[in-house]
Amino acid sequence: MSTPVLEIHGVHKSFGTLDVLRGIDLTAQAGTVTVILGPSGSGKSTLLRSINHLEKVDRGRVRLDGELIGYRQAGGKLHELGERHILEQRARIGFVFQNFNLFPHLTALENVAEAPIAALKKPKTQVYDHARELLARVGLADKTDVYPRQLSGGQQQRVAIARALALEPRLILFDEPTSALDPELVGEVLDVLRDLAAAGTTMIVVTHEIGFAREAADTVIFMDEGRIVEQGPPAQVLDHPRHERTQSFLSKVL
Amino acid sequence: MSVLSPPRGTGETKTTDELVVPARHPWRWAGTALVLVLLAQLGHGLATNPGWEWGTFTGYFLEKSVIDALLVTLELTLAGAVLGFLGGIPLAAMRLSRNPVLAAVSWTYIWVFRSVPLIVQLLFWANLGYLYDTLQIGIPFGPGWSFSTTNLISSFGAALLGLALHEAAFAGEIIRAGLLSVDQGQHEAAAALGLPRRRQFLRIVLPQAMRAILPNAANLLVNLLKSTSIVYVLAIGELFYQVQVVYGRNGRVVPLLMVATVWYVILTALLSILQYYVERHFARGAVRTLPPTPFQRLKAAIRR
Repeated sequence: MSTPVLEIHGVHKSFGTLDVLRGIDLTAQAGTVTVILGPSGSGKSTLLRSINHLEKVDRGRVRLDGELIGYRQAGGKLHELGERHILEQRARIGFVFQNFNLFPHLTALENVAEAPIAALKKPKTQVYDHARELLARVGLADKTDVYPRQLSGGQQQRVAIARALALEPRLILFDEPTSALDPELVGEVLDVLRDLAAAGTTMIVVTHEIGFAREAADTVIFMDEGRIVEQGPPAQVLDHPRHERTQSFLSKVL
Repeated sequence: MSVLSPPRGTGETKTTDELVVPARHPWRWAGTALVLVLLAQLGHGLATNPGWEWGTFTGYFLEKSVIDALLVTLELTLAGAVLGFLGGIPLAAMRLSRNPVLAAVSWTYIWVFRSVPLIVQLLFWANLGYLYDTLQIGIPFGPGWSFSTTNLISSFGAALLGLALHEAAFAGEIIRAGLLSVDQGQHEAAAALGLPRRRQFLRIVLPQAMRAILPNAANLLVNLLKSTSIVYVLAIGELFYQVQVVYGRNGRVVPLLMVATVWYVILTALLSILQYYVERHFARGAVRTLPPTPFQRLKAAIRR
């Protein structure tokens, strides 16, 4: 098998006395969709944020295409990378936030074009053309010059997805992308996620949408109290959970 | 008409099938009448009281020495504001820094310069030569060049130094408040996209912080404009000093104070207009639609 896009090995993280992650191992192959489920406080978001080094891990390693994220290994020690290098690594990982976090003072098009221009130093005209294509791909071709506050929540999240895609990342992380949306707007965002999955985007999605996990995921991971309790194909984890904690969680959300 | 403005007039309007009679506001009329009477009295007093000496006022308002002094006031304000805000940026950055030494130094600076009254500070700088005969520039504990303090710091220099250092302390706090007002999610999104550090600050954080910085900065600027009158203690020929010189000569205190007052009011008005448009510029995206400017409203009213 080729090098996986993402390899996580023995990741630990604590905030003060609270152990949020207690030894996480996870692998994602290119073109696969991994859905992470779990009760709130189980460490799902922290795990996602430690993948692109928004959160510094206490122990363990995260590798993207075999390259260590956030550190350099030399002489049997890990040296934390300088901020510039970390920023370069982050540009290879897309991140979609629960609260969109679009830049409110920039138009939809400027939001999408910002990172390729500033982080990847690509020529502007090329970036803007690509950004328009991406907005069309998420169904917002007519909203390029609109500011985020003039858009609905679902539209804002679709702009945020286009913004993540603009970096042409190796991997996109979604942190509860539909949790801040009104129920009738959830569908339009999930449709975009399904399209991306079908197009072979490598994705890790933290969500509570069991239906989405069932149809789009290659692997479903159930987390509780900072550990991966169970993982496998959706048919196995969702329909025949082996662990009792998975069973009780699913019985509550289904 | 905007949704917020109250119904005007007493015209009955037909909505669906019932007649709607707007509520009457008799006290609103009474209040308006009272205020108008008081304003008329004030206007009458200004026009008829000979003590105002409007003739003397107009004689001096555009007089050359007054205009020259006005330029000095503007010079001090402009230079003080530019230097103050240039000093405020590193002070804010230092206070927000994770480095405890930088944060403590910034905190102490702001504490000291907010505590010392401006007038006391100005007198200190003007008398620096009393503490240090010469000032040296060079390698610490090594060779250097020395200058005589009184030659290096003129009274104008002392005034500018005092104003700028005083302003920087306040500007630092205003900038810090603005930076803190930007949502943490914006920092995270900028970091997650891998934007270079400078770009994160200049393109993402600062424009949003400006919304919170501007009203306070304008306040500080107006305050600075008036604070320049304090430097009269250093015998610098700014506006307030100059009118004092004139009324010291001719004894026409009130009209000359009015000359200075009206100039300060005009300059503040200009600053307020500037503030309105700058704030509007940085409101892009923060409100769904920008309200029309007074000028646009006037044009719309004429067209109607």
